[in-house]
Amino acid sequence: MSAPDLSTIGAGFSDPVFASQRIFRGALEALSRPGRVVTVESDAQAPQGLHAAACALALALLDQDTTLWRSRTLADERIGAYVRFHTGCRPAGAPGAADFILCTGTDMPHLSELACGSGEYPDRSATLIVQVDALETAESGWRLSGPGIRSEARLAVAGLRSGFLSEWKANAALYPGGVDVFLACGARLCALPRTTRVEA
Amino acid sequence: MQNLDNEERRRWMGILARAPLGMLEAWAASDECPRRPFRFLRTPETGLVMVRARAGGTGDKFNLGEMTVTRCALRLENGPAGVGYVQGRSHRKAEIAALADALLQDGALRDAVLRGLIEPLRVRLDAEAARVQRKAQATRVEFFTLAREAGA
Repeated sequence: MSAPDLSTIGAGFSDPVFASQRIFRGALEALSRPGRVVTVESDAQAPQGLHAAACALALALLDQDTTLWRSRTLADERIGAYVRFHTGCRPAGAPGAADFILCTGTDMPHLSELACGSGEYPDRSATLIVQVDALETAESGWRLSGPGIRSEARLAVAGLRSGFLSEWKANAALYPGGVDVFLACGARLCALPRTTRVEA
Repeated sequence: MQNLDNEERRRWMGILARAPLGMLEAWAASDECPRRPFRFLRTPETGLVMVRARAGGTGDKFNLGEMTVTRCALRLENGPAGVGYVQGRSHRKAEIAALADALLQDGALRDAVLRGLIEPLRVRLDAEAARVQRKAQATRVEFFTLAREAGA
């Protein structure tokens, strides 16, 4: 691993401590109210190809003890160098070995390939940060239910590959194991924890 | 980035790492310091690094101990990026060191910064090293051993 070329790397948070805490609070908010779309405020200069919300989440959640796997569409070395420089995270060789997955909706790895934790350690599962084309609360979208949702929530997502819903159902069957998903679009993000049921 | 001599950069970064904060501050406040806008890539942060050494410079590697280091990185507007790694916990020191490193990579400013900052720092650090060595030399003891007689 060579030293990154600093001349092309963008700036991180101007106030790393408070910005990370604010983004983390936003992520908690999104996870505890699945389907709620949260807007993140971040002044980090995201590298080309990375959405502001996905970039902010990566900066806030990753550190030198975590491993990251990036999908083909985000394999650009500028993104890798940026994330490594600012967080110190290690790249994972395969999706199954990664704590965090950074991908786009179209080339998300199969959910069953990923680390799903065990009965004793359900926290040793992967967290996905998925970039999608559109993300909004709309009646036409999915029907979400489960913990954190009073009756049901609606969420319209565009740019997610087919087969996600059936994989998500299989993921729910692994409870207490299973992966958690953050969907990011521009500066907005929304979370699907493993307990959320999704129907088309 | 300009055609940079790595050895040259290593030399000035080493000097900046050991520089006293007072001299850096004085330079940053003076007219010698070119005023250029910049943005932090990584704001100053303090941590520990493990210093490794070899006994006599040739023996096995061992961990000598941890030392406190503050680092930061910044980029001049439309210009090169500079990195500061300095001894101690002073964020301000890391910031000025990184700024000086960035300015030194700019061919048009290099000579002015070398003359205004690096050269005086080098003289000061050399004098300090010489003073410590003189003090140590003053306490030097010469041992004379006479050979024992055989069978004694």
